[in-house]
Formats: sequence, C-alpha cells, structure tokens
Amino acid sequence: MAEEMKSKMMGKQSILFSNPPVIVAGSSIAGKKEGEGPLGHLFDTIQEDPMVGKETWEEAESEIMKEAATKVLEKAGLKNTDIRYLVGGDLLGQLIATYFGIADLNIPTFGLYGACSTMGEAMAIGSILVDGGFADRVMAITSSHFASAEKQFRFPLDYGNQRPFSATWTVTGSGAVIIEDARIHKKNSNEPTIVIKGVTVGKIVDYGLKDSMNMGACMAPAAFETISTNLEDINVTPDYYDKIITGDLGYVGQHILIDLLKEKNIDISQNHMDCGIEIFDKDKQDTHAGGSGCGCSAITFTAYVMKQLKEGQWKRVLFVPTGALLSQVSFNEGRTVPCIAHAVIVEAI
Amino acid sequence: MDYLKAFLVGGAICAVVQILLDTTKLMPGRVMVILVVTGAILGAIGVYEPFAKWAGAGAGVPLTGFGNVLFKGVKEAVDKEGFLGIFKGGFTSSSAGISAALIFSYIASWFFDAKMKS
Repeated sequence: MAEEMKSKMMGKQSILFSNPPVIVAGSSIAGKKEGEGPLGHLFDTIQEDPMVGKETWEEAESEIMKEAATKVLEKAGLKNTDIRYLVGGDLLGQLIATYFGIADLNIPTFGLYGACSTMGEAMAIGSILVDGGFADRVMAITSSHFASAEKQFRFPLDYGNQRPFSATWTVTGSGAVIIEDARIHKKNSNEPTIVIKGVTVGKIVDYGLKDSMNMGACMAPAAFETISTNLEDINVTPDYYDKIITGDLGYVGQHILIDLLKEKNIDISQNHMDCGIEIFDKDKQDTHAGGSGCGCSAITFTAYVMKQLKEGQWKRVLFVPTGALLSQVSFNEGRTVPCIAHAVIVEAI
Repeated sequence: MDYLKAFLVGGAICAVVQILLDTTKLMPGRVMVILVVTGAILGAIGVYEPFAKWAGAGAGVPLTGFGNVLFKGVKEAVDKEGFLGIFKGGFTSSSAGISAALIFSYIASWFFDAKMKS
C-alpha cells in the first residue's frame, strides 16, 4: 500500500494518478459580451441579462453558477445526489457567489479561494479525491462576474472609472465539470474519454509587483514556475503537450511567460494558448489586455478545450489557470500581488 | 464668449487630468486629491481667484475650483472667528456644493441603476 501511495508523487510538487479520473461532462454559462466573442457559439448558455433577473451583481453571479451546476448534471445525466463532493469557489469575499449559488443543491462542499486559478485548484483537488478513493464523483465549479469583480477589486460601476489599457476584462460566466472514478465510468459513445492524468500544484510566487491593473505581468512568473516544474517533475519537453493553456495572462503576461521560459531554454511559443486572449476579440470588443477571472479559464476549458480534445484535434494539454491573490485590504495597504498557478494534465484516450 | 471661455478652460483642465490618468500609475482618487490641493494652494497664493473671475465656470466647476472654495472659506472664517475658523470655514463655504452633490445623486439613484459596461 505504501508503495502504491508513493508512486503517485512525481518530482517536487506533481502527481500522476494511478487511475486517471474521467471528466464526464463540462458546462459553460457565459455573459452577453463573452457570447459575442470568438468562442460565443460554443457555450451551453449565453445569459443576455447581466443581472439575470436579480437585484444585485452578487446574486446574479450566484444564479449563473447555479445554472452551470444544473447544466453539468443534466449533460452528464446525473442527479445532485450522485455527486459526492462539490469543490469550488469564486472571486468574492467569503465566496458568496459560490455558497449562495449552490446552497440548494445539497451537495457536501469544499470552498476554495484560488482567485482566477480556482478552476485548476478545484479540478486538482477533485481528481485527488476521486483517485484516492474518497469520492466516486466530484463537481468542480467556479464563476466570475465583471460587475461584482470590478466592485470588489477596482471601483463600483456606478463610479464610472476609466480603465487603463493593461487592465484585463473580468469574464462573466461560470463553468463546471464532473470528475468521475475511472473504475465506475461507463463509456457510452465513440468519442474519446477525457481524463485528468496528473496535476502540478502551484506555489505562491511574488515578484514584488503592485499594479492591480496589470495582472498579466503579476501572474506570468507563477505560470512560469508551475509550467517549468511540471515539465521537470514528470520529465518531459513542452512538445509532450499539444497545447499549454494558461488562464488569464492576456497579451502582456503571455510575452513575459514565453520570455521567462526561454531563459531556461524552454520554448512554448509554438504551443502556448491563453484563455484570456481566446475569449474576446480585442480589436472589436475593446477589452484591452484580454479576459480574466475564474470564469475565463473555466468556460474556455469546458466549451473549447474539451471540444478540441473530444474531436481529436488535441491529444493532451496542460491546463494552467493563473490567479492573483490580492485582496482589497492588501491592495489598499500597498502590499504586493502574490500569485499562483495550478497545472492539470488533461488527456483524450 | 463666456460659454466658449468656460468650455475651453474647463476642457483644458480635464485634458491635463486625462494625461495624468493615462501616463502615470496614479489612481483616480489620488488625481482628484491632487486637483483639490492644487486649487487650494493656487487660491492661497492669490492666483486662482483672478483666474476664476476670468474663466468663470471653466475654473469653478473642476475640482481645482473646489479646492479654491475650501481655502476661501477657511480664510474668511479665520478673519471673522479666528482660530475656530480653521475648522469651520471649509465646510461652510462648500456646504451648498456638497449637499447638492449628495441630494442630486440620491435623487438620480431613484431613477437609474448602474449598468454593465459593454
């Protein structure tokens, strides 16, 4: 037994699963602007009303998350009682979007705060629970909303503040996946099965940057640390992955990430993709540096990346959502922006 | 002519502020404080009052005008009441402006809600 436990740990901070858990379904609920973007036609639901018929932005975000949870259960043909644990979080204080959103589902819950890296963290913990035999099925979920995030981290929309060009645009949307034990998974189509082969858990990386309007530059070093450690830990080169997909570095962060890796003689310029760049058309949509937020990587993964894997376009990807771990308190007190990135190895078999 | 002057002077002050917002890392709150303090200092050295007389609303409406009003209020109150005027003057002279801002934004909030940026 001890032998088996040990064999899952790879290198410094990575895991390769004994029975790679299966992602049975993914859901994506997107806001209006996201729906008008290049990935618009791929999302399950486009929520045209930013308030979703609610009174506040926070309630609206909760409602979007509830829709994502309901949708993923429907797509997987499962009921809420089939899910052992829900692992998820969002950007708001005390995770109010998540806790108010999923309360009615009655699923035992772990709340996470990983800022925009939350989808990666939730998928990592979810697959650890499943491969470890602690759960047969886990739902990993996250959300973000442009208006609630602006209100918490920058300025409320009522204030009418101008946004600098390096500022990213928080995605309104929620994505969820259901992760199932490979031993109980029943394959029921000819499509490839999508599995989580392994994960690399990120460390806090802080290069001393303080600009909350330029998150891409703050987060790039965290992505750099996690990606280079992943390659080292499981002893592969970047071409092992068809795509290395960061969460929300945007144009500014992408440059920095590719340069940092080049200094270590790692070249990902050919197979790097950033969800924040994919989700909006920066020329037509005036989104400046790209998209960000928990929802950005989550819905890009569930709508686009999973589709590419299912259709056989890609065989294996490294999904690396990135998070900036500042709070409104730390920011107002002039502290730096610590960042994190979690890597999830996703494979079509 | 008054309108044109007010438009050009007010616009020029706003353009300077836009340059500050675009080219520096100063947060909007800091820029507003800079404007108020500048107005107060220019008022204290006797520059703002003649400038405001010439430019009218172009100098009175931007936040520099508010800074000038604060200084003017403190000065008048100190002349009249002495030491206590330091604490009272600014509020007395700016009371109409501050109350109007509060009352009109409250009334506006009855009719309008914040909307998503698109």
